[in-house]
Amino acid sequence: MKENQIVPDLQIRLYTSMILTRKFEEKIVALSQEPYRMPGMQILANGQEAVATGIVSALELEDVIISNHRSHGHLLARGADLNSLMAEIMVKDKGVNGGKAGTLHLSVPDLNVLMTSTVVGAGPPLAMGAAFAQQYKRAKGITVVFFGDGAAAEGSVHEAMNLAGVWKLPLLFVCENNCWAGAQRSEEHCAAQHIFQRAKGYDMPGQSVDGNDVEAVYNLALELVEYCRSGKGPALMEALTYRMRGHGEQDQQHYVDPGELAIWEAKCPIRLYRQKLLNDGVLNQAQIQTIDQDAETRVSAAVAFGDDSSYPGPETALTDVFVQPPSA
Amino acid sequence: MSQKTFGQALNDALTIAMEIDENVFIAGEGVGVSIHQDPNMATHGLLKKFGRKRVKDTPVSEAAIAGLAVGASCMGLRPVVEIMFFPFITLASDMLVNHAGKLGYMSGGKSSFPLTVRVKAGVGFGAGSQHSHNLESWIAHSPGLKIVWPATPEDAKGLLLTAIFDPDPVIVVEDMMLYRMSGEVPAGDIRTPLGKARMVTSGTDCTIVAYGVALYTVMKAFKPLSEQGISCEVIDLRSLVPLDKACILDSVRKTGRLVVVHEANRFCGFGAELAAMVAEEAFEALKGPVKRVGAPQIPVPTAPTHEKIFKPGPEDVVLAVRETMKK
Ligand SMILES: Cc1ncc(C[n+]2csc(CCOP(=O)(O)OP(=O)(O)O)c2C)c(N)n1
Ligand SMILES: [Mg+2]
Repeated sequence: MKENQIVPDLQIRLYTSMILTRKFEEKIVALSQEPYRMPGMQILANGQEAVATGIVSALELEDVIISNHRSHGHLLARGADLNSLMAEIMVKDKGVNGGKAGTLHLSVPDLNVLMTSTVVGAGPPLAMGAAFAQQYKRAKGITVVFFGDGAAAEGSVHEAMNLAGVWKLPLLFVCENNCWAGAQRSEEHCAAQHIFQRAKGYDMPGQSVDGNDVEAVYNLALELVEYCRSGKGPALMEALTYRMRGHGEQDQQHYVDPGELAIWEAKCPIRLYRQKLLNDGVLNQAQIQTIDQDAETRVSAAVAFGDDSSYPGPETALTDVFVQPPSA
Repeated sequence: MSQKTFGQALNDALTIAMEIDENVFIAGEGVGVSIHQDPNMATHGLLKKFGRKRVKDTPVSEAAIAGLAVGASCMGLRPVVEIMFFPFITLASDMLVNHAGKLGYMSGGKSSFPLTVRVKAGVGFGAGSQHSHNLESWIAHSPGLKIVWPATPEDAKGLLLTAIFDPDPVIVVEDMMLYRMSGEVPAGDIRTPLGKARMVTSGTDCTIVAYGVALYTVMKAFKPLSEQGISCEVIDLRSLVPLDKACILDSVRKTGRLVVVHEANRFCGFGAELAAMVAEEAFEALKGPVKRVGAPQIPVPTAPTHEKIFKPGPEDVVLAVRETMKK
């Protein structure tokens, strides 16, 4: 069972998870500046760590997670193995998906991070299906799907919300509103300012939360997860946060107001939380340093693991298309 | 004439179309404000030039983007909409396949849909199968939709301009791998006719048909083939629908052999249509089996090692030609 009170143990776990995600992605930033080190697009969640950590920490292992293109935090918060995750991001054969996913399509079914889609808006219908299976099997778990403010404009998201509402599926919709979809501001692509208000139209509870306050995210997630688990139906949570880096690592953010970045930099979820834990005496400087250092060590080890493995060999290129391949 | 990149040539075409016809507008995700600041992007600078009325950034809503094009074109506008990556056309496919391609027919010819969909294609940038998937056969298979695929900067401009002013829905596929390629591009309003293939080299032993970036794979095979004394007639298809049947059939009647090369999956790919057409209409001319060079039947992989297996290379073209030559 999850703590329904914020206790120091939990606080330390929340901090550790966020700093691990930050260090992990900072390493990707560094590596993607080296030629050919990181094939493909690198899409990072810098600044959004509190959303992934807060929500995933409020789940049980039987709960299913459906992720999107900005997935690293969701996976790390779930406790995915750093080595095989980094190796996969480097598209290596020892990666968690054998080098067939790369950074964009990471899934760890063993940990119930069941599917990741980089087709924007695809997550909610997939999640609806997973939640249907849970209801069908009378399973204890619920499904949580992460999608962006941009994705909220896809028809698929509305269809999934409506059907989940009609069938009262155990499904928590989590909109990570990071103010941007590519170079488009959310005010420009969302007709109504608040995505959580759409919940009303689908007969489910909807609430927003400060997505840079990890405890607030955790508390609201706990409440809504409990609601979904109790069989009452789906719920929608909107976490208000900010995409601190470009859409992907090639994006230089020429369209972003530096003043706005500075405002959100001051609201960095990790720095704020570190300060809070120090102020409240949950951790001291030395302990923080140990945690941060440990995260860095684990990340470096993961890179070494990735470096140590190879690109997948030609023999796996044609496998996995079918479970039972047609005989040639 | 001036040197332009493929992307600049597209940009040129959009600019000219918007200048000469007030009814032309463009819409899509990031066609106005883009994360890229790159003059090789087709829509670069158009927002500044033409303003927000005619350069519409949309939400991430492919069905709505395509619907916008269908509805607005039926009202007499000439929408040019962008689908960011080829696989996302599946989200727009109801509007395109069931509506743009069918409503004109079902109106008994009373309505028309002069819309253009620009779609970015490309295999080999490491993004994997949800960003790379060449679906030209899906489109070609759907009645009422035209589809063109330029391989040179000049054709990028000429085909896009023709598509925009064509009275029917046209899908223009833009190979991202070609955006930075330079070439001579005539100034002003040039039109490349739809349904006219381009003879790249003339030859006597084997006809090779390709389109888009695959044409350059073929050109890399051209030299080793000539060194082996095989004279190839290379055709840049340019337009899949309408199809320049005469050009292909005439060539095959001359050479007696056909190899089709594309980056899409071989199975049920566009090459199958060309092979069938030649079997039906020029069977008597064939001296060897028609060969298709294309990708294996797997999703576009992510790893560089797997991408290499997926993407047809010059050696695959050489092999196919030699097989049909029985050499
Ligand atoms: C169907 C589809 N259309 C377009 C894209 C290209 N694309 C990738 S991410 C993105 C923006 C998504 O914004 P949002 O949902 O807010 O997520 P964020 O990137 O902000 O995390 C776009 C347009 C895509 N991957 N899928
Ligand atoms: Mg967003």
